Amino acid sequence: MAKLRGTGIAAVNYPTGMNLGGDPSQALIHATTTGTFVISLSSTDLGQGLKTVIAQIGAETLGVPFENVLIDTADTDTGPHCMGTFASRATHRVGNAVIMAAKEARKVMLEVAAEELEASPDDLDTDGQGNIYVKGSPERKIDITSVALAAHFKYGRSISGRGMYIKPKSPVDPETGKMDPDSTEAHACVVAEVEVDTETGEVTVLSLKSAYEVGCQVNPALVREQIIGGAFMGMSHALYETTAPYYPSPDHAPGSFSEYVIPGPHELPHIESVVLEYPSVNGPYGVKGVGEMTANAPIPAIINAISNAIGVRLTEYPVTPEKILRALERSPKLKQPAQTGA
Amino acid sequence: MSEVTSAVARDVKKEFHVVGKSVPRRDGVGHVTGKTVYVDDISFPGMLHLKMVRSPIHHGIIRNVDFSAAEKVPGFVRVLTHRDVPKNIYTILCLIGVGPDEEPVLAVDRVLYKGEPIAAIVAETEEAAMEAVSRVRLDLEELPAVFDVEEALKPGAPILKPWGTNYFVYEGHHCRRVRFGDVEKGFAQADYIIEEVYNTSPIEHAPTETTACVAKPEPDGRYTVYTNTQALFFTMDNTALILQVPFSKLHFVGGTVGGGFGGKVDVIVEPIATLAAMKTGCPVKFKYTREEEMRVSSTRSAWRMYFKDGVMKDGRIIARKVISYADSGAYNRHTPYAVTKHAANVAGPYFIPNVYIDAYCVYTNRQPASAMRGFGVTPASFAVECQMDKIAETIGMDPWEIRFINAYRNGDMRPHQKVVEDATLIEVMKAAAELAGHQLPEHLLKMHSWDREKA
Amino acid sequence: MASRIVAFNLNGRDVEVMVKPLTTLQTVLREHLHLTATKSGCRQGGCGTCTVLVNGEPMLSCLLPVEDIAGQQVVTLEGITPVEGLHPIQQAFFDNYAIQCGYCSPGMIMIIKALLDRNPNPTRQEVMDAIAGNVCRCTGYESILRAAEDAARRLQSA
Repeated sequence: MAKLRGTGIAAVNYPTGMNLGGDPSQALIHATTTGTFVISLSSTDLGQGLKTVIAQIGAETLGVPFENVLIDTADTDTGPHCMGTFASRATHRVGNAVIMAAKEARKVMLEVAAEELEASPDDLDTDGQGNIYVKGSPERKIDITSVALAAHFKYGRSISGRGMYIKPKSPVDPETGKMDPDSTEAHACVVAEVEVDTETGEVTVLSLKSAYEVGCQVNPALVREQIIGGAFMGMSHALYETTAPYYPSPDHAPGSFSEYVIPGPHELPHIESVVLEYPSVNGPYGVKGVGEMTANAPIPAIINAISNAIGVRLTEYPVTPEKILRALERSPKLKQPAQTGA
Repeated sequence: MSEVTSAVARDVKKEFHVVGKSVPRRDGVGHVTGKTVYVDDISFPGMLHLKMVRSPIHHGIIRNVDFSAAEKVPGFVRVLTHRDVPKNIYTILCLIGVGPDEEPVLAVDRVLYKGEPIAAIVAETEEAAMEAVSRVRLDLEELPAVFDVEEALKPGAPILKPWGTNYFVYEGHHCRRVRFGDVEKGFAQADYIIEEVYNTSPIEHAPTETTACVAKPEPDGRYTVYTNTQALFFTMDNTALILQVPFSKLHFVGGTVGGGFGGKVDVIVEPIATLAAMKTGCPVKFKYTREEEMRVSSTRSAWRMYFKDGVMKDGRIIARKVISYADSGAYNRHTPYAVTKHAANVAGPYFIPNVYIDAYCVYTNRQPASAMRGFGVTPASFAVECQMDKIAETIGMDPWEIRFINAYRNGDMRPHQKVVEDATLIEVMKAAAELAGHQLPEHLLKMHSWDREKA
Repeated sequence: MASRIVAFNLNGRDVEVMVKPLTTLQTVLREHLHLTATKSGCRQGGCGTCTVLVNGEPMLSCLLPVEDIAGQQVVTLEGITPVEGLHPIQQAFFDNYAIQCGYCSPGMIMIIKALLDRNPNPTRQEVMDAIAGNVCRCTGYESILRAAEDAARRLQSA
């Protein structure tokens, strides 16, 4: 028997944020006496790195070092409301709320610094290294800790801010389906290369080469990890996973990792990706959501590649070896049909 | 080895200090040392454990439940049934106006899926709780079950919902509809009619950490609930509604999740564990076993999608009709919402002037489906992109070209009547082709998403 | 059945625990000794999150009755974590973003420790073979393989 190779492509969009909107998130920021900024949230980090990227966004907007920013989440007594981490929404929604809160806190910080520097707040800027300076004369500066101490003990001012972001909920016209479902759309294209063993029906994904356009990246390493992890999950969905192997029959439902088939490191294909950045109009620093779509795009690319390899169009996933062998019986690419009745 | 590189295609000059930089993870040290506290790592003195008595059949009437043998198990503390749950029938999306309530926290007189919770047993140890569960005697009358979305919609199918149908009702309609242009006129004008049916399977999130919570009574009369939910307030607010307690009685703590992928947006363990803490005065842990996570927790829903496209010889898709069925399993959870998201996306990232979509949320006797990474769009992207290849093959066009020709551009109207404003499909296709070493022809390379080239 | 005392060496210290027969090492570690770095992902021997070293060999603590390791040497993630800073394998995981949700990380780090202890310079294939029983649902394994190779380099140059 033979090993057949094929290539397939898929190009997809993915909406950022809860469908139709109406999903608020809040952030509160305050400075401690010595200039540590605490961002209070009730948002959840699923492992994608929310606690990290939100600290980056907060530090950037405040104009203070990353190390000066703490994330305090998730506690409903101390953190203001967040709709939750899903729908590729968290960086977009929470990030926007943090920017709003940080701008308010930054304004107070600059006003206090202006008093200390005997300058106008409009003439001040932050250097991102922990100092506030007079634009044009950087030697006239004051460090953040001194500003925070002065705010607390000299001026009685709270360096703090409130942030809230919501995309107003869109109604759906029940007759036409007219609606505003998304905040922004990210895009991806995946090229998959596969090899099909016509004797066993097994598919090896040789490579997944992709381009992702995700607005601006707050943390490129974390975006990279989403792309690779998502590519692997997409491959897993395309070829292996199901809770009902003979769907719609509910029989043979797996109850353990030994029965629920997920590929392991041996099945990891060569993954290459390029990330394009076109800022979204409404994302914090131009971000779009990336978390979910990375698992979507590889599925049709892989299935199209298999169809290309065997010459039979496949229309369902997971494409298990059994389904491949059955499809091969119809393949014009094989002179001898695969043995049946095995 | 894998590579991910960034190509900054925008004009914006990067003048940021920390945004755009790969700083290390904030939670990284905790994760690599095992010091990060996950819910299952939390325990308290005197903590009790909760386990569920579950339906062994797909569909049936509950005639009797006998706890007498279970009560004799050493360590048994108490049982909770639907009579103990103040607002037993709920639907999690009630907070955003989705109704009606239709899922019981604990089954009342009927079970709609294998694994449906019938009663909760609280015991001093997990082993005692499991032992007591195994001794509960269930007297059930099995009913015919339905597992196929289209079978469920046929006359004579077992009806699962009190409102008399096996589909979710969208503002008086059987399904979520999208109507754009005149699809029949488009088919009449088309050179080719290309049809296919696409199917996907239910899929388990399979997080390495199973769904869990610990509910603890506090001295001030409140309850602290440690949970790995993906949505802290959403879960707390639903818990307060189910337990009919003031929202201020509850305090939810979380934020760290050992894998979510959408599976931990359901509100499943928290209400019953909090109720158990209220009824016993003790901290109560409810952690799914791996088997429960696999067989009982929500799945990604399975979909069946019928596509019919009208295509011109030059490759333009001028009409698309899609009839989709989402297998919601026995209850709503998030599927009615997924279906609307699906309807907004199942025409794909392409400009098609005539579109007709009917997307059904269908109930079957299966473990409920719910949110999972990609949620309604995963099946849409799969079906659309396989269909694009089928169109290319049918009309004898290159698969890249069919996508470039039809890709939506800024200013195009999508079928749900929102104007495209941030299209980059053509740009990612060009970049992916280059990365894969595929030479695109000049006329495609000239295209971009900012406007549509003159014909 | 009556409980009995089982003594073993844990992270260099002798410990005694009073357990019922068939109590697993995982239960002893997590519930009796409150050492929760060893995770509990399935208790079916299917996920590897509970991996510990027994006499230097990786074992699934969820399947291991603690009586069976009486008198033996057990090392958990707590046992390799320095008071300050990180073990080179932990540092490699941290620096290579080989962590997302973090739940598989303790088991991954222990299985890679076992590998590098007996094979300081493994090929990528050998790393894949070693971690094949440990489930990671987030990363797709690429960053974990990268971290293992990086850790091998760090340990050899140390």
